[in-house]
Amino acid sequence: MTHLPFIVMAYGLGVLIPLALAVDAYRRVRTARRRLAAIDPRLHGRAGR
Amino acid sequence: MGRSLHRFANPGRFLRLSGSVLPWIAVPGAVLTVVSLAWGLFLSPADWQQGDAVRIIYVHVPSAWLASGGYLALAVCSVLSLVWRHPLADLAAVEIGPVGAAFTALCLATGSLWGKPMWGTWWVWDARLTSVLVLFFLYLGHIALVRAFDDPTRGYRAGAILALVGVVNLPVIKFSVDWWNTLHQPSSFSLTAAPALHVDMLWPLLIAALGYSLLFGAIVLTRTRAAVMERRLRGLLMARASSDASAGAGAGGHA
Repeated sequence: MTHLPFIVMAYGLGVLIPLALAVDAYRRVRTARRRLAAIDPRLHGRAGR
Repeated sequence: MGRSLHRFANPGRFLRLSGSVLPWIAVPGAVLTVVSLAWGLFLSPADWQQGDAVRIIYVHVPSAWLASGGYLALAVCSVLSLVWRHPLADLAAVEIGPVGAAFTALCLATGSLWGKPMWGTWWVWDARLTSVLVLFFLYLGHIALVRAFDDPTRGYRAGAILALVGVVNLPVIKFSVDWWNTLHQPSSFSLTAAPALHVDMLWPLLIAALGYSLLFGAIVLTRTRAAVMERRLRGLLMARASSDASAGAGAGGHA
């Protein structure tokens, strides 16, 4: 495998870029859900008021 | 059509529906991507001319398809936004932009990594490579433009117009290897002919394309869910600030 460094870098990028996007999206949705749960009266019900 | 589309504009309905669909896209997407990459790396045969460097195809080609496919999705969202004023289409378009740009960057980077051992150079100003680079700049332009206005609605509209203008680049990318004499190899797939790839390479490539496509969809859906929640959050915070301000003004008036 004389082209191994090129192959390893291509596969590394092919895993890391989608993984980074997925982790970022998951963290963003989790933060938004937590902040929304803290103030949304529809999620809180009467107890939250 | 507009009425049926607007049924899904309800944020609560979208969050419920997307929440139930998401695991069915994300998990198979991740599994298929990992399986296809392992298959491509360890089990698929080397090419008689290119040797093992051909294994880069299993990352490069799906990312190239998704770079163009993502832009097409961006254009469809732009039509939905401009014609039917669909509020979720605006949010989806904003969220497709960075994901599409990342996959276009992946396509360009893996293309360079493939080009160096095969062509002896990282980059040539060949029609295929240049048109994909233009696609990358279109994505970056869209990302910048939708965020460039204080009024988000104006940003969405400007971004939608840019996205539709940029659609002209998609056939240029697809047919560049036929229209011009390029260093990039001709397309291995066509609607009218059998694939030029051997079946031992074709299967892992198709599975990689499916896996990456599902991942792309799952990431965009998750980001759109976050954007819907963030918009609701902004609305609630503004309503709370407005009611606090009016309560303060009322108290001041009584005093």
